[in-house]
Amino acid sequence: MLVAIVLVVLAVGSVVFHVVSPWWWTPIASNWQLIDDATLVTFWITGVAYVAVILFMAYCAVRFRHRKGRRAAYEPENTRLELWLTGVTSLGVIGLLTPGLIAWNEFVTVPAEAAEIEVVGRQWLWSYRLPGKDGVLGASDPRLISGDNTFGLDPDDPRGQDDILIEGDDLHLPIGRPLKVLMRSVDVIHDFYVPHFRAKMDLIPGMVTHFWFTPTRTGTFDILCAELCGLGHHTMRGLVVVEAETDYREWLTGQSTFAELMAKAASGGAVRLATSERPDPASR
Amino acid sequence: MAHAEPAVVSDIVPPAEVPEVDLYHAKSWLTKYVFSQDAKVIAIQYSLTAISIGLVGLVLSWLMRLQLGFPATFSFIDPSDYYQYVTMHGMIMVIYLLTALFLGGFGNYLIPLMVGARDMVFPYVNMLSYWVYLLAVLVLAASFFTPGGPSGAGWTLYPPQSILSGTPGQEWGIVLMLVSLALFIVGFTMGGLNYVVTVLQARARGMTLMRLPLTVWGIFVATILALLAFPALFVAAVMSLLDRLLGTSFFMPHIVEMGASLPYGGGSPILFQHLFWFFGHPEVYIVALPAFGIVSDLISTHARRNIFGYRMMVWAIVAIGGLSFVVWAHHMYVSGMNPYFGFFFATTTLVIAIPTAIKVYNWVLTLWRGNIHFTVPMLFCIAFIVTFLNGGITGLFLGNVSVDVPLSDTMFVVAHFHMVMGVAPIFVIFAAIYHWYPLMTGRMLNEALGQFHFWVTFVGAYLIFLPLHYLGFVGVPRRYFEIGETGFVPASAATLNEFITVMALIVGFAQVVFIGNLAWSAFRGRLAGRNPWRATTLEWQTAELPPGHGNWGPTPPVVYRWAYAYSVPGVADDFVPQNLPPSQVAAAHPSVRAAD
Repeated sequence: MLVAIVLVVLAVGSVVFHVVSPWWWTPIASNWQLIDDATLVTFWITGVAYVAVILFMAYCAVRFRHRKGRRAAYEPENTRLELWLTGVTSLGVIGLLTPGLIAWNEFVTVPAEAAEIEVVGRQWLWSYRLPGKDGVLGASDPRLISGDNTFGLDPDDPRGQDDILIEGDDLHLPIGRPLKVLMRSVDVIHDFYVPHFRAKMDLIPGMVTHFWFTPTRTGTFDILCAELCGLGHHTMRGLVVVEAETDYREWLTGQSTFAELMAKAASGGAVRLATSERPDPASR
Repeated sequence: MAHAEPAVVSDIVPPAEVPEVDLYHAKSWLTKYVFSQDAKVIAIQYSLTAISIGLVGLVLSWLMRLQLGFPATFSFIDPSDYYQYVTMHGMIMVIYLLTALFLGGFGNYLIPLMVGARDMVFPYVNMLSYWVYLLAVLVLAASFFTPGGPSGAGWTLYPPQSILSGTPGQEWGIVLMLVSLALFIVGFTMGGLNYVVTVLQARARGMTLMRLPLTVWGIFVATILALLAFPALFVAAVMSLLDRLLGTSFFMPHIVEMGASLPYGGGSPILFQHLFWFFGHPEVYIVALPAFGIVSDLISTHARRNIFGYRMMVWAIVAIGGLSFVVWAHHMYVSGMNPYFGFFFATTTLVIAIPTAIKVYNWVLTLWRGNIHFTVPMLFCIAFIVTFLNGGITGLFLGNVSVDVPLSDTMFVVAHFHMVMGVAPIFVIFAAIYHWYPLMTGRMLNEALGQFHFWVTFVGAYLIFLPLHYLGFVGVPRRYFEIGETGFVPASAATLNEFITVMALIVGFAQVVFIGNLAWSAFRGRLAGRNPWRATTLEWQTAELPPGHGNWGPTPPVVYRWAYAYSVPGVADDFVPQNLPPSQVAAAHPSVRAAD
């Protein structure tokens, strides 16, 4: 009897907790409503199955508990019941997979008009590169990374000269425009993760990975690293500011291009980008 | 409506095909209890070693929870310690506790007894298997005492970080970890070949494959998975070791560390992930399938009812085993691999839910119309169904590629895998220990302590891991020393973390009570007598209790029926042992009414 009561409390309690819990996803700030919808569908389908199975067990625990003289039924197989259950489960799986794969199809189809931006990860710092006036990111190669050229940009590539480099500062993005985020890591695997955007993807040294999204809400959001990257993993944070196009343009004019930074370095001036030292994780 | 009854009773007993081979008989205390070739002694050795290192893993989890629940309180925990706890806890629990205990422990003890063999077919190799396993455990434990300490790379050991200087334990820890894994696999292979060949070649007369108890089916298929999957981990470990020690670049592309280029180039970090998860996903089922099998047998015995849909259960085990090799990349949806793989792996992953769900239904349907005795083993089986169902369901979130994207690498994942392959299999281990302890020692475990252990562990574990999912929904990443200041984690999350930590310490304490019960009952427990659970399977029908060397006395058993002859209509007892000749089955008194 106690078992049955605990099972019922557990099933009902889990549902109540789900409804009243203050811990839920952050308000979405990107176009990935499809992902949230697929998640909710999953909650409904699996939640019903979960509660149904546990309540049925609670029923069995009362109805078929041992009493004096009781004898169990002998029934090795019941093909009809088993086929029926297999069928219902298969329908449930189709119900889960359909919204999931629809959302994924959207996720892997980068719109042709998406603007490219680049995120570069290193222990334990985020940097960003935005295409300059030509709208194209210049070539890069990790072998070109040096104290002055921390992004490893090809100095001979004309397309890279106007690229805007942001290191040790917030990333700004315009609202409402699809963005293809290209990602590189110079050392270990990182993962660019903004909870409000829902999307995330690993940065793998030696290759360029990507995902796309459209910011749909202005505000300042946390960037975290979601792939264990060493001692300072939990300190690898950043901020992304989503703002109106005009604010974004204004911010953009205050940033330095690759050519400007290289010229400054060549003239012996202090280079703003100075991250050849690993930041101390204990300092945060 | 009973349809075809799978191999229930048969008078036809095949003749013995091979003559009996004499076993090695121990000549001294040393060869009887230490360098023993008896699978039952080896099983106990495996189990005690696994539980001992598992207790280290448990303590590490307390330390982790102390940091997460009360950040900036314990000055002796710094980030490097924390990441080392995370890594060692994960690796110890998955490989050195669960895999070793299910296969090396229960596999060794139960396979020969349940199939009616005198021992494993290669007893000497079986003995070596344990000693190599013990060496692997010692090498792993040694890393705690090396300069720089054990590896802090996370149990997945992803290169490049696992072998670079930004990760704790880069000097010695990672080397010992990889060597230990390679040793473990060598040791396991020696045991694994034994388990497979014993099931295939050494079954008693009349023990057809479709009469095997599901415990044996689960361990048998899990061992086949392990023999096919561990080589992938083995090569990954060896290649990582070469990258670390000899400067090869299997997994290492050009890397700039602290502004300086390292002498690596051309390798693929994702290749490691494919190798790791080609092992890692079957590994989940290497742990789960023995648990499935054991829980099936225990539910049947303690509900006095045949397992529901035996043949379906066997085919579900085989189907899950097969499918488990084509789902591995669902651990890699956000790894940067070709995103189109997501369609394939999401589909295979959700398809595997169908045979898995059938198993859950059949366990519940075994309770249905049963005669349920709420013994401690039965309680743990019910707790297993709840936690496994819960963890299986969250697996449907994480397996469904797009739904995984926001949840991947968050506390949701931690909660999911702890529920499904931490808590659930551990509950089966508890159920199995309470069930078979009388067979191993001749004494029952203390019932009151068992009830205490069960309720605290079950309710506590549920209260730890259910809310943890919701921290993942908020977006709290896993493997964070501290979340610190953010704009999205509410202050109440800190309270929840404190609660979870307190619960973890309470549940941990209940395990100390359990260990105490194991020790106390070995000497003071109530004498079990023969077959205390009135079970049908062969291990309870041995010549002596606990069974001696060679298991069966002068004549090995002959099997007449399947393992689930419980409450058979027209039979006086509510169980018929597999080896009871049909002529000796007593008919029921006509007054016994049929079951409802």
